[in-house]
Amino acid sequence: MTEPTDVDNDPAVTSRRRFLREGGALMGGAVLAGGVAGRDALAATANADNLPPNIPEWMKAPGDPMGSQPYGTPSPFEKGVVKNIPKNLPQYLSASGRTPLQDLDGIITPNGLFYERHHGGVPTIDPAQHRLMLHGLVDKPLIFTVDDIRRFPSQSHIYFLECSGNPVYKKPYGKTASDLVGLLSCAEWTGVSLKLVLQEAGLQPGAKWVVAEGADAAAMTRSIPIEKCLDDAMLVYSQNGERLRPQQGYPLRLLLPGFEGNMNVKWLRRLHVAAEPTYSREETSKYTDLMPDGSAREFTFYMEAKSIITRPSGGQRLRAPGFHEISGIAWSGHGKIRRVDVSVDDGKSWQEAQLQEPVLTRALTRFRFPWHWDGQTAVIQSRAIDETGYVQPTLAELLAVRGDNYFYHNNAIWPWRIAGDGEVTNANA
Amino acid sequence: MPTRELCIAAFVLFALACATRAQAQNPYGIGRSATPAEIAGWSIDIDRDGNNLPAGSGSVSRGHEVFDQQCAACHGAKGEGGVGDRLVGGQGTLAMPKPVRTVGSYWPYAPTLFDYIRRAMPQNAPQSLGNDDVYAVSAYILNLNGLLPADATLDARTLSAVKMPNRSMFVGDPRPDVKNPACMTGC
Repeated sequence: MTEPTDVDNDPAVTSRRRFLREGGALMGGAVLAGGVAGRDALAATANADNLPPNIPEWMKAPGDPMGSQPYGTPSPFEKGVVKNIPKNLPQYLSASGRTPLQDLDGIITPNGLFYERHHGGVPTIDPAQHRLMLHGLVDKPLIFTVDDIRRFPSQSHIYFLECSGNPVYKKPYGKTASDLVGLLSCAEWTGVSLKLVLQEAGLQPGAKWVVAEGADAAAMTRSIPIEKCLDDAMLVYSQNGERLRPQQGYPLRLLLPGFEGNMNVKWLRRLHVAAEPTYSREETSKYTDLMPDGSAREFTFYMEAKSIITRPSGGQRLRAPGFHEISGIAWSGHGKIRRVDVSVDDGKSWQEAQLQEPVLTRALTRFRFPWHWDGQTAVIQSRAIDETGYVQPTLAELLAVRGDNYFYHNNAIWPWRIAGDGEVTNANA
Repeated sequence: MPTRELCIAAFVLFALACATRAQAQNPYGIGRSATPAEIAGWSIDIDRDGNNLPAGSGSVSRGHEVFDQQCAACHGAKGEGGVGDRLVGGQGTLAMPKPVRTVGSYWPYAPTLFDYIRRAMPQNAPQSLGNDDVYAVSAYILNLNGLLPADATLDARTLSAVKMPNRSMFVGDPRPDVKNPACMTGC
């Protein structure tokens, strides 16, 4: 976090959190200095002997030898970039932790920062003792080992995953991009097409749904329409090149590109082919959307198009007027992002942002917009349009149709307010 | 020895036929057959009509005892909620500003109660309750919601017959339901 940057993390928010996390050793100076000058104070305490024209101390002696880190970890100066875990939850077994979106670049989420949502804790599963059972309306019920699954022809794709409740509709709204939409991540997934595995057992007439069950303490259960199972659904064992992390379903998970996160059942142990959905608790009591008239929408699978500016974003501070690149991410469960518009005048006018290649279906797309901040108060926001022509709505447009008892699938535009002193806050808060 | 050669030829033909059949059903020949006993041990899904509910039964009064021991610490003595979800009440609130979603006010199907309790509750020891106790706790929660008399006993047939009040209020996904005109200037 000592790299030169035009965006400061608000020391009143971020540094204090980091100070608590790190026991103060690294950032203590910044916190003690206090106020918006915190970061500059840290820089001021840096050893001037390491700055030009002097030779920095880390060039005058050998560094750590090979093997000092058998599994590499980020620089100690990046220790503050960790998952955003809510404080003071009543319990942490059915809970979620968010990706620090505002601290990341590109479109791939590092495995250690991938968002988590589990319903009965994270199981520790010995892959040698894990089995996948495939039964129901099939010609031949089958049991697979993890090694069996790895024998199938493999494929790799980059897809986003997003929790359906990201964020909720009622205030208070979050302060940072992570607080708002941090239940979102993106990775390269490797596994086998679910279609191949289903064909191995032979689907019988009347097979319309596949009920997926996890091997966790919630035995998490969701019903998946057969059309999705025979389209782009995958059984996944690797993420960003390495085996799945336990938090992501090690040793095997379902991956349903564009569908709400909880349906991508982790620790997958059973696929029950059926004529009807099972109407599990997780698709009736939960993950259904209450409308103003008291009716509720069920089986709302797709995550609709969405975007957010991650830099500059809430909790950060623009150090001075001048050039600032606006950067963010856009995604759609319905396919590729066609366009992202950015407004820097509180929504009065919009201009097209530049999309970073590759623009992939059902993956994060990074957008950028060059901006010259004049030092005045400003409201900036982004608006995604996907290949179906669907346009990301405003929060007001969503609330007008759905009301605020609706809980999931909030894909609203989130504006950031930039104060005259450069402080960035949630303009909807 | 013609007999032996014939036998070998017949065996080869038989083996080829088997292989062809196996390939039609098992294109990659990966995995092994699941036995009925293995499937029976793992297949615990119960649908909304109560199909696959197991044998056994439990009374409201027995459910009260089990609830006090296993559930009340998180869900409250009368299902009013705590660390765990509120389970009781809320009927008539779903269209109000602060809807109270409980088993009684929101859940569309009673057999789901058995399915969920058996697979996931109590949170510290899921799949530890016997089927009779799962029926009993289901009966008690329905009784607390006014959906079952205090002297009732539930089994596969009677649980499947319980009609939940909110059953008809679920609709499909009509999205996209919100339209942003994507104004570019003078917005």
